[in-house]
Amino acid sequence: MARASKRHKTATASHALPQLKKSPSGIAGFDEITGGGLPAGRPTIVCGGPGCGKTMFAMEFLIRGATEFGEPGVLMTFEETGEEMSRNVESLGFNLQSLADKKKLFLDYVRIEPSEIQETGEYDLEGLFVRLQNAVESVDAKRVVLDTVEAIFSGFGNSGMLRSEIRRLFRWLKDRGLTTVITAERGEGTLTRYGLEEYVSDCVVSLDHRVNDQISTRRMRIVKDRGSSHGTDEYPFLIDKKGFSVLPLSSIRLDHKVSKDRISSGIKDLDVMLEGRGFFKGSSILVSGTSGSGKSTVAAHFANETCRSGKRALYIAFEESSAQVTRNMRSVGINLAQYIQKGLLEFHAWRPSQHGLEMHLLRIHDLVDEFNPQVVIVDPITNLISANPNEVHAMLMRLLDFLKDRHMTATFTTLTANRGAEEQTEVGISSLTDTWILLRDLELNGERNRCLYVLKLRGMAHSNQIREFVLSRTGVHLLPAYIGSGTVYTGSARLAQEAREKAEALREQQQLEEKRKEFSVRRGVLESQIAALRSELSSGESEFARLTRQRSERQQRLALDREEMGKIRGVTSANEVVNS
Amino acid sequence: MRSSKVKAKPPKTQGTGNGTDVVLELRLYVAGQTPKSLIALQNLTKICEEHLQGRYRLHVIDLVKTPQLAQDDQILAIPTLVRNLPQPIRKIIGDLSDTQRVLVGLDVRSQAK
Repeated sequence: MARASKRHKTATASHALPQLKKSPSGIAGFDEITGGGLPAGRPTIVCGGPGCGKTMFAMEFLIRGATEFGEPGVLMTFEETGEEMSRNVESLGFNLQSLADKKKLFLDYVRIEPSEIQETGEYDLEGLFVRLQNAVESVDAKRVVLDTVEAIFSGFGNSGMLRSEIRRLFRWLKDRGLTTVITAERGEGTLTRYGLEEYVSDCVVSLDHRVNDQISTRRMRIVKDRGSSHGTDEYPFLIDKKGFSVLPLSSIRLDHKVSKDRISSGIKDLDVMLEGRGFFKGSSILVSGTSGSGKSTVAAHFANETCRSGKRALYIAFEESSAQVTRNMRSVGINLAQYIQKGLLEFHAWRPSQHGLEMHLLRIHDLVDEFNPQVVIVDPITNLISANPNEVHAMLMRLLDFLKDRHMTATFTTLTANRGAEEQTEVGISSLTDTWILLRDLELNGERNRCLYVLKLRGMAHSNQIREFVLSRTGVHLLPAYIGSGTVYTGSARLAQEAREKAEALREQQQLEEKRKEFSVRRGVLESQIAALRSELSSGESEFARLTRQRSERQQRLALDREEMGKIRGVTSANEVVNS
Repeated sequence: MRSSKVKAKPPKTQGTGNGTDVVLELRLYVAGQTPKSLIALQNLTKICEEHLQGRYRLHVIDLVKTPQLAQDDQILAIPTLVRNLPQPIRKIIGDLSDTQRVLVGLDVRSQAK
């Protein structure tokens, strides 16, 4: 990644400098790794063993130049006739003859028949130059392909002369500013059998074809590309019905646009764990788990949900056939077949061992290009791990990169080894993905239960809870795991615990009820006591009032009596007497 | 058939068949007046006069003037001498300095002198 970004930087920086002009090859991926294509107006050697795709490379360079970049070309073949060549590229959808008729291409087959030729004295290859010149002039060519020019070594004996003529030829091509591809056979320990690379100092591309574990991979390396920054790695490439394509290993530029939109996972309870709204659109999701933990089911739910909302999903299965997956998913209440019929879901199942990694990648690319889905599911990626895990890593990196670039939500499932360190996925792609959902089996009390948790989720406040993952006829449900005394209970342990809990609650309830009754009885008693006391109190109070009243009445009478007595005695100031 | 072809492209240099023997139809391909071409033409004329009197037609083709013929006649090396007739086609490249080899190449040694 670091290297990629660095490369990118230098590439942009060098644009400012007077860089060697590049001539786009039109070959997918090649222009990317060479910073624009082949050096314009200069010869390039493409070397490699038999069957490695040299000619195909050269042909595509020429044809794309003629059809896409408005640069007519000359094809000079030394081994195959023009007709054979036409037939070879016909399978790629190119028609050499019609290009030649339109004056976009000039075909010249140079036939060398050593048995017909007798040498006497000095000669040179001026005839070749005459032919080339004639060809270049007749279509105003900008590109030239010499397909295995070294064939002349087999036709002529004077190798000293041939070498000087080849040097002259390259000079000649360069002087005329012709962007040339010269194919050359690989030699023993040298890039080319006749050491042609000595004469071409501008650009050398080496192609290779090797077989690893019965799976062949083609690789390309830019050995030399003078005056321009180029990737020095070996890049896998493919030749298929669309032609030549190079897959840059490290094209992660990390400048994808990101989306804030969400996309539902199809499992309500899982969405709840993801802030209630699901995954980010265009993010990458890794679902890992041991075998039988329900990875495919999670993936199928996602596919189902995507299609339900009218979007397209691409499902690539490496383990099960389409029919098998649809049947299996029906058992959890998912009907994928209806979406396949509606054309919303495309199912592709093939064996991981069917192709090399590059072919897988390219096939996925093609499918994505054709179908343009919103969601891509690869189930499982683990099966791709064949010989070299590093390659898988690189390939997945490229795939993720590609999908992210197109804003497609990628879902990969991966199998983790039983009882291994589950936090390490074999391919180590966990670091590349944005979301990592871990499915786990918990063995407890003689049974095995599935658990799910969100191990990682970039940019979202996700739940940290382990949920029990239950597959039912109506789909996946995530039950909040029972957490008590520091342990997570699942399955029957959870049920037992829940029952226990319920019983306890009931008992408490009953106890409380009893207490309540008891208290109400007590309250009755106390209340009656209070009433008695109160009546006692009130009777006391009335007695007191009566006594008070009696006393005041008596005093009044006394006062009256005194007054009366005073009157009788003749005392006037009775009041003073009373008050004192 | 054979003679009509010859008539269609009458030789630049001299050469008339006597009729009895097989007539060699020769073409010398050159590219401009280069020293090698001139030497080759000199050598060829000499060989023809000495060994093929009256049994050949020679046609010198300058590819600078008719470049298309280089492709049509599969010419690569310069100078090239081609024996078009009798069949099969034979090609001799070089300045033709080795007379014996030229004669072997033209397959006419047995009839010399």
